[in-house]
Amino acid sequence: MKPWRDPGLWLSLLVTAAIGLWPAVAANKPYAREMMFTVLMSVGLASSLNIMQGYTGYVNFGHIIFFGLGGYVGFYLLSVYHAPLYVAALAGALTAALVAFLLGKAILRLRGAYFALATIGINEAARSFVKNFDPFGGPTGMTLKFHVYQAYGGANQALWITYIALVVLTLLIILVSYLVKTSKFGLGLMAIRENEDAAEVMGIVAPDAKTWAYVLSAVFPGIIGVLFFFKNGNIEPGDAFRLQQSIEVIVMVMLGGQGLVFGPLVGAAVYQRLRGYLLVSPLFKNIQLAVAGLLLLIIILFVPAGLIGWLRGRFPRLRRWLV
Amino acid sequence: MSADIILRVENVSKRFGGLQALSDVTFDLPRGQILGLIGPNGAGKTTLFNAINGIYPPEEGRVLFNGQDITGWKPYRVAKAGLARTHQIVQPLNDLTVLENVMAGACFGHENHPLGRAREIADEVLEFVGLAERRDLLAGSLNVAQKKRLELARALASHPYLLLLDEVLAGLNPAEIAEMVQVVLKIRDQGVTILIIEHVMHALMNVSDRVIVLDYGKQIAEGTPEEIANNPRVIEAYLGDPKLAEKMLRGEV
Repeated sequence: MKPWRDPGLWLSLLVTAAIGLWPAVAANKPYAREMMFTVLMSVGLASSLNIMQGYTGYVNFGHIIFFGLGGYVGFYLLSVYHAPLYVAALAGALTAALVAFLLGKAILRLRGAYFALATIGINEAARSFVKNFDPFGGPTGMTLKFHVYQAYGGANQALWITYIALVVLTLLIILVSYLVKTSKFGLGLMAIRENEDAAEVMGIVAPDAKTWAYVLSAVFPGIIGVLFFFKNGNIEPGDAFRLQQSIEVIVMVMLGGQGLVFGPLVGAAVYQRLRGYLLVSPLFKNIQLAVAGLLLLIIILFVPAGLIGWLRGRFPRLRRWLV
Repeated sequence: MSADIILRVENVSKRFGGLQALSDVTFDLPRGQILGLIGPNGAGKTTLFNAINGIYPPEEGRVLFNGQDITGWKPYRVAKAGLARTHQIVQPLNDLTVLENVMAGACFGHENHPLGRAREIADEVLEFVGLAERRDLLAGSLNVAQKKRLELARALASHPYLLLLDEVLAGLNPAEIAEMVQVVLKIRDQGVTILIIEHVMHALMNVSDRVIVLDYGKQIAEGTPEEIANNPRVIEAYLGDPKLAEKMLRGEV
């Protein structure tokens, strides 16, 4: 089927666009923008992780290192060289791609739990490295001088520009996720997920396919990191390489349904809204991560296919829409 | 090497720790023939397949395919050279549909088709093996006989020059075996060379042009099905009972 005739693709893009446009119609626009920035960021992170975890079947606890490294490199260019945002974003993407390529060559020969363990180690290693790397400000990180925002017409306008860039990027990620899933490359990845040895016997060059999937899934968090820390105005190792954030992204992917385009999108949006609610609730605000853990447990035990996967199984007619 | 030898196995040996799984196996497979491979459990038949298609490289000896030395090649490289195989224990891609399974075979084999063409080939092949009606089911939902057909369809969809069949008849009932034998013969008639491991003796003896017998990793006999059935070493080592040989040829075993 041609992509533009697939209602499933349109539904995913429309939902993303609706999230993105919400601040334009909401009453308190800056507040809505901040809220939706978090949601879109999660959608982007979850959908890009899904290429690795959902399509290829490699659980990755280190997705956030690409967010952190891309963010750091972009931030460095922004603060030290006063590079334009798009140059910083491009540098973040390239850094993440390069790191993923080299890492992939090293750790993608590991399978299952061994790969997952290696990715946890890498997250810690990246944090330690940046903490002790003086050009990046060491443990205190870096802060943007306020005049950097002047080039974008002031801080307020800079925040809107960053937000719009994130909306466009998220739409692009959804499109890429869809194109990968419906391509020959994607079929190869899913064959690897189902049975890597059998896939190789069929002629799928698994080492290459896995490496490119890893690179592709790393590029987007690299850009998102640049946008996020530009908006934030400062960056430090603890914020850039937070293992719990990697875990939260995994929860989002599984909550919505891994291996689907629409699944991580819904999972990320639902999770972030839930988290927003928990954070302001007096009862849950200190244990919101415990809730995430419990949620993951419940999904794995009772709805391993995730929300969208469950709907697809329960109502086969919806399959056309929920790709 | 003459042009019509599609596969030449030269002095291939493979050892697992203290176990000599294959020792000095040598044979030629002429293009267009069906070569049967028999031997008791643990004789090294599947190991030989694995050594040919690169699951693990042999320690000694060479494998030549279409005149090319493919010893030690990775399985995907062997597949891209035009050699396909099925597995004794079926390896379906459970969460993909039957059609997608077969498309993957067509996409990534030596012809390297785009998705659209792969879908056409997959449909033809599914028709051929009798799975066309189940094309949209998940592969994991098929029964054993259907999974065997799927395994075969996936290998066939790559349009291989050489097909290694590892016990495609095991676990099938007599009617299914008869059908599958017809399918195998049809594949041969399309010009595909076949190397087949089988325990269902009368079927193997009926389809094979020649037969090789392995025992404890050693090649103890090679010949036409009749020669094999009358070879005293085979009868002793493999069949145990001389009367079995006659029964075997009559199709009673």
